[in-house]
Amino acid sequence: MELLSIPVGVAHYLVVGAVLFVCGVICMATKRNGLGVLMGIELVLNGANLNFVAFASPMLRAEGGNALGLDGQIIALFVIVLAAAEAAVALAIAMNYYNNFVTIDVDRADELKG
Amino acid sequence: MSVETIHWHTFFFLLMALLACTMAVAVVVTSNIVRMAFYLVVSLGAVAGLFFLAGADFLGAMQLMIYVGGTLVLLAFGVMLTARGPFISMRTGGGQWILAAIIGGSLLAVLLQVAFSVKAWTGRSLAQHPPAIEAAPTAGPIGLALLGVRPDRLDQQNAGLRRGMSGYLLVFEIISVHLVVVLVGAAYLARARKRPGQQRAPAQPSPSRRSPLPVGE
Amino acid sequence: MAEFFSQYLSPPWLAYVLTALIQVTLILAVVLTAAGAFTWAERKVSARMQDRLGPTRVGGRFGWLQALADGIKLVAKEDIIPAGADRLLFRVAPYVSFCASFAVFLALPFSDGWVAQRMDVAVFFILAVAGLEVFGVILAGYSSGSKWSLFGAMREAAQVVSYEIPLALCVVVPVMIAGTMDLVSIGNMQSGWFTNWFVLHDPFTFLTFFVYVTCAIASVNRAPFDLAEAESELVAGFMTEYSGFRWAVFFMAEYGSMVAVSGLAAILFFGGWNGPLPIAHWLGLDHGSLLGGIGNFLGLCNFLLKATMGVLVMMWARWTLPRLRIDQVMTTCLKYCVPLGAAMLLGAMLWTYAFPGGLILSSQTLLFTPACATGLTCAAGSASAIPAPLVAEQQKGR
Repeated sequence: MELLSIPVGVAHYLVVGAVLFVCGVICMATKRNGLGVLMGIELVLNGANLNFVAFASPMLRAEGGNALGLDGQIIALFVIVLAAAEAAVALAIAMNYYNNFVTIDVDRADELKG
Repeated sequence: MSVETIHWHTFFFLLMALLACTMAVAVVVTSNIVRMAFYLVVSLGAVAGLFFLAGADFLGAMQLMIYVGGTLVLLAFGVMLTARGPFISMRTGGGQWILAAIIGGSLLAVLLQVAFSVKAWTGRSLAQHPPAIEAAPTAGPIGLALLGVRPDRLDQQNAGLRRGMSGYLLVFEIISVHLVVVLVGAAYLARARKRPGQQRAPAQPSPSRRSPLPVGE
Repeated sequence: MAEFFSQYLSPPWLAYVLTALIQVTLILAVVLTAAGAFTWAERKVSARMQDRLGPTRVGGRFGWLQALADGIKLVAKEDIIPAGADRLLFRVAPYVSFCASFAVFLALPFSDGWVAQRMDVAVFFILAVAGLEVFGVILAGYSSGSKWSLFGAMREAAQVVSYEIPLALCVVVPVMIAGTMDLVSIGNMQSGWFTNWFVLHDPFTFLTFFVYVTCAIASVNRAPFDLAEAESELVAGFMTEYSGFRWAVFFMAEYGSMVAVSGLAAILFFGGWNGPLPIAHWLGLDHGSLLGGIGNFLGLCNFLLKATMGVLVMMWARWTLPRLRIDQVMTTCLKYCVPLGAAMLLGAMLWTYAFPGGLILSSQTLLFTPACATGLTCAAGSASAIPAPLVAEQQKGR
């Protein structure tokens, strides 16, 4: 139970961010559903955001450390906004793919092969 | 061994972190697309909680409103529109899983090793740990920074450094234009048009189903 | 409260757990009691509007215990899950909706300083969390395994997400006037006479309140915007396959949202816990801990009264106006509410820039009256925008 009295640091946030990032990468690599790949992209972006917020927070650092402060939070803000924009376009592409190929399976998108 | 004090910050961090990580793993493991969307929602909600715990309250609320309440709703709509029969559960072959696990595992190992390599990143020592979480207000400074004023660097004495510390006004405008472009582009891409499957003649009602009575249905 | 308990319990963390449980129970009690009371009120109000009596048997002449009887019946019903349903999501969906609706009360103050968590970004947090209710709806619609539920859920999700934009625009106007997103500060800024209330601050905020009412009613899916639950069209939309306790949870989520949105309107526009006259100040009830507590309790009564009035207005609108179609709902949002909200924001901004000290003061009643008259005329015009698309569509159909 001493686990619950260890103060949280940047490293712990980086661990969570790393797990999310790796899960996103595996999701992008293995999912056959196009929307599954999109979900992997969202996980990757959130892992990166967690890193930014962790570096931006002064309460997670040891005394005398320099936190990014406002810069980190604003970068994370822009990442959230851009992720929303990119998800909209990616979803439009996915819908076009579904309407034209009558399947959402990305393994079937092989018309340019060979 | 009894515990005298629990740092509630650590307790809630562990709760949210476990939730985020297990739900992210669940997204990878499950093959049902609708459940994937649900687990992703919970995972990103836990990430918003982690933002709140790091003192970024405005960012946490932004994550909830825009990411979870906007982007994921869009994704859920897409999932609902394409969740037909065979597409709900699609399995991947074993070979791909093994390859992805190797790559993912090695990446995770590298990132974990980096995370614990810097001394200053392991957090404050117990003696310095404040009893309560003090959170500076962030909404005002973020708003000012987006308009070009950097309220956290007002005391920078070096004139040369000050000139390089403009706010984020240009980036803000660029992103606004970018969003307009994305809006127009996505609306154009997603416009309704005749699908190739509808070019065939409209389906005739089968004669066995047609009722002999002239009563309208 | 935690320090009080830690004197009696040996591990100090147990005191915190107990405090947290008690505070959660308090908020739950408020939300559930409000939901129950408004169920009864809805039946009585709808009955009177339809020239009948409503519940008169259970619990005396006015049927006070009808809500309790309904609750007992719902809990005792058989738990049915449709065969084609996704079992996990079907079970989880009502609770997702309820959690989103309930979490709004985390940041909503009931009186001066009486708030579960005082946040700097309270208004933003409330808007963000209220927008999460749509997930419960989508999950419920999909997991019911019936296409009518799915259609209802899609329509409702589109409606709620679309109306978040004009809602946010309307909410930004009082936030801009106050200069802070902290609801406790916004409420305290409106203390004193009723002329300090933001709704009377300038004509643009006055009109903003009416646009807010329209967007709020649409955001909680109440009539005339309730096509997702339209009884005559989709059986019950996304709630078709839900019965018994799960339906009750959805219902509580809807009523909780109504109370939350009305409470938010009360704080942002009508002074929150401040009455029309500063009686608490005259009686000296605002300093000291005991007298201050009594003053805060009076403020709580004020706040609950205003929130109740808001909910009653929503019920009134439900049983008076005809239901809108989905295209009329989207037209109202995108062609009426968003431009009006943006225009109000611009107008309020220019007004605050031109008259920073405020113009509508209690001493300058000369300007108050024509401003109010103009405001009322415009408000009547904008409030009639609700049935306007309906009328336009009907005339187009001729």
